[in-house]
Amino acid sequence: FDFHGRRMATCSSDQSVKVWDKSESGDWHCTASWKTHSGSVWRVTWAHPEFGQVLASCSFDRTAAVWEEIVGESNDKLRGQSHWVKRTTLVDSRTSVTDVKFAPKHMGLILATCSADGIVRIYEAPDVMNLSQWSLQHEISCKLSCTCISWNPSSSRAHSPMIAVGSDDSSPSAMAKVQIFEYNENTRRISVEEFIPRRTSSSLGAKEVHLEEDLYDKKLVLIMLMYLTIFFSANYMDNWKCTGILKGNGSPVNGSSQQGNSNLSLGSNIPNLQNSLNGSSAGRYFFTPLDSPRAGLRWSSHTQLLPPPPPLPPLVEHSCDADTASLQYPHPRRRYLSQPLNPLPENEGV
Amino acid sequence: MELIWNLCEILFIEVAPAGPLLLHLLDWVRLHVCEVDSLSADVLGSENPSKHESFWNLVTILVLQGRLDEARQMLSKEADTSPTSAGMCRTLGDLMRTMPILSPGNTQTLTELELKWQHWHEECERHLQDGTFTSSPHLETLCKIMLGDEAALLEQKELLNNWYHFLVTRLLYSHPTVKPMDLHLYAQSSLDLFLGGESSPEPLDNILMAAFEFDIHQVIKECSIALSNWWFVAHLTDLLDHCKLLQSHNLYFGSNMREFLLLEYASGLFAHHSLWQLGVDYFDYCPELGRVSLELHIERIPLNTEQKALKVLRICEQRQMTEQVRSICKILAMKAVRNNRLGSALSWSIRAKDAAFATLVSDRFLMDYCDRGCFSDLDLIDNLGPAMMLSDRLTFLGKYREFHRLYGEKRFVDAASLLLSLMTSQIAPRSFWMTLLTDALPLLEQKQVIFSAEQTYELMRCLEDLTAGRPVRGEPDAQRLQDDDIETTKVEMLRLALARNLARAIIREGSLEGS
Repeated sequence: FDFHGRRMATCSSDQSVKVWDKSESGDWHCTASWKTHSGSVWRVTWAHPEFGQVLASCSFDRTAAVWEEIVGESNDKLRGQSHWVKRTTLVDSRTSVTDVKFAPKHMGLILATCSADGIVRIYEAPDVMNLSQWSLQHEISCKLSCTCISWNPSSSRAHSPMIAVGSDDSSPSAMAKVQIFEYNENTRRISVEEFIPRRTSSSLGAKEVHLEEDLYDKKLVLIMLMYLTIFFSANYMDNWKCTGILKGNGSPVNGSSQQGNSNLSLGSNIPNLQNSLNGSSAGRYFFTPLDSPRAGLRWSSHTQLLPPPPPLPPLVEHSCDADTASLQYPHPRRRYLSQPLNPLPENEGV
Repeated sequence: MELIWNLCEILFIEVAPAGPLLLHLLDWVRLHVCEVDSLSADVLGSENPSKHESFWNLVTILVLQGRLDEARQMLSKEADTSPTSAGMCRTLGDLMRTMPILSPGNTQTLTELELKWQHWHEECERHLQDGTFTSSPHLETLCKIMLGDEAALLEQKELLNNWYHFLVTRLLYSHPTVKPMDLHLYAQSSLDLFLGGESSPEPLDNILMAAFEFDIHQVIKECSIALSNWWFVAHLTDLLDHCKLLQSHNLYFGSNMREFLLLEYASGLFAHHSLWQLGVDYFDYCPELGRVSLELHIERIPLNTEQKALKVLRICEQRQMTEQVRSICKILAMKAVRNNRLGSALSWSIRAKDAAFATLVSDRFLMDYCDRGCFSDLDLIDNLGPAMMLSDRLTFLGKYREFHRLYGEKRFVDAASLLLSLMTSQIAPRSFWMTLLTDALPLLEQKQVIFSAEQTYELMRCLEDLTAGRPVRGEPDAQRLQDDDIETTKVEMLRLALARNLARAIIREGSLEGS
């Protein structure tokens, strides 16, 4: 979804990208459909509307591309069609490019891509009116095949540019993990922190990562989607603590779950944290402070503080290979309520 | 929902003590069980009310709801039509009349009432034992009901319709002076008896039960789960909070329950194309997180019309949300530029105080002018006023337009000096100098001398600056040669015109000095 929730971009293994617009009556119409790559398109993402109507896509064909909407002829508009032109192709990767994301707008027009060969590339367009000029600013090696990235959306001065990268390595000795890279503008160096949830029986990779900022105390929350969904949080001292695990159906994982040892070991300086989620708290997430004032507290806090705009974009549904489930990541809060608490009927189509 | 709300009002806000409590509850039930009125209209409207098939149902309901006066009237109708039962009806009617109740202005104490009620209860009992009503099963049932006989009450399940009606009737006829703190006991047993193990409690039942237990938090919790939107819970919590009934349970993330629910509700409003304006007001009433929530939400409102955009901007400006104003204006300016509506783009970037973008748009205006020979959006540029100072390029644009205006008004001398100052003050971009000089041509060609000698020297200097800076082109192709040709011709024309003007200026100045 775009920033305002009125446009949607989809991508597919048929190598095309489609753009849909929501009409006044609430119906979605496809206003553009075009071939974008010569391989399956994995992801498509919108830039902030301050830069205009701009999309980026990445694909199995080892490239990422940036597209801009051209205001068409008036008869095109009447027919409800718009045109998108390619502004640039980023060809630095030697393997399939698995994710592409724009950085928060306060950083300028910046794009990050990650590839199956484990390299994250960060590009910048110095002139926002000229989208055909992008320069490669950083290349970061993750040492593991990367699957997803997420920028820290915080615009506060306290946080330096930060990006989370999820990896997936199917070799038996490797473990799926998430790495967080932070760029220190003074030292010009990039530091990294890693999270390695203990492997469960099946080999899992990170399918999605998401960085969010707490409305109230400005903490960062990292959400990682694997087979289980895992939440982390951080305070300013950069101590990351796991604060909860949820299963795919929304129910929490208790300390004594049948998944073997569900305690997580996070880094070397953080002790094991017991996930003592009260089983009854899942459905009434914001009441757990009254029931169980321990971990339940933090649990409730995170689901509240994910920034609220109703059309908060779920990551675009992409049809991937047959064996990976195409997970549409719904609005984080609504995911964990046992009953749909949609405020108003107009709020459909998120 | 009104059911729940009214109950909460009675229990939490009015905090009725024993005695009035029952009266309030009676009112509550009467308000929300409305079939009585339609039924009574039916029955009374018929020719022979007491022979109406629903007559006895109506009377029973009236008794169940404690509307004994109306019930007595019904009975008198029955007495009129059926002389055999007249006597019984009268007796029952008397019993109804004499039932002691607590009336609002009454100064009886609770104990007195209880005593009286006890007497009355015994009298009813006596009538029942004596078999006064045996010949009329209906009347006997009514008497049993008035004695609070549970079995009799349960038989009337259909008329009662729900357990809370059952509860209130039961209390009316067996424990009229019930104390608030005992309420939940009776509530629980009523619920159990009424459902009789056949069905399980529904969400509404849970909510009401929580209310009877005076567990405010539980009520809110149950409502949140059962209801499909936050409207009810948010407003109820807000009301209770204002009555200082919610302990300030500071939830972990810093805001309290009331604020949390209001935030949720307001967030939901923002999804609506026009109700978002209400959402703004709600956020204003959330002291902790209202502002930051509003900042996040207001940027995301889709701005499909200019009116809406202006509304949103006004809201932001009222609250000094400068970053949001800047961002929204930037988005609109960018959209305008892409749609080639330069005037609109310019006004948005001025409002955003975005100098860089204003420069960009001004450049586009100038390029437009070079291409087409005229300006679009003259109104806007003419009325820039102090906003002109936002960026150098913009200032130039404004002044350049002023030059054209002066020229149009034939104030050539002023126009000339403005033109010169534009070049000498370095406001004009280099790329535009040629155009400016070309603009000077008609002024140089005028019959009267406009540029003074001094000014002409300046112009010549500018021209030389411009041509001197031109590097020798590389491999000239046909187009280049043509362009170069045009350039050279222009330059030559200018040189000629300047030279002629210089000559005339010198002569004129020389002669004036002389006289």
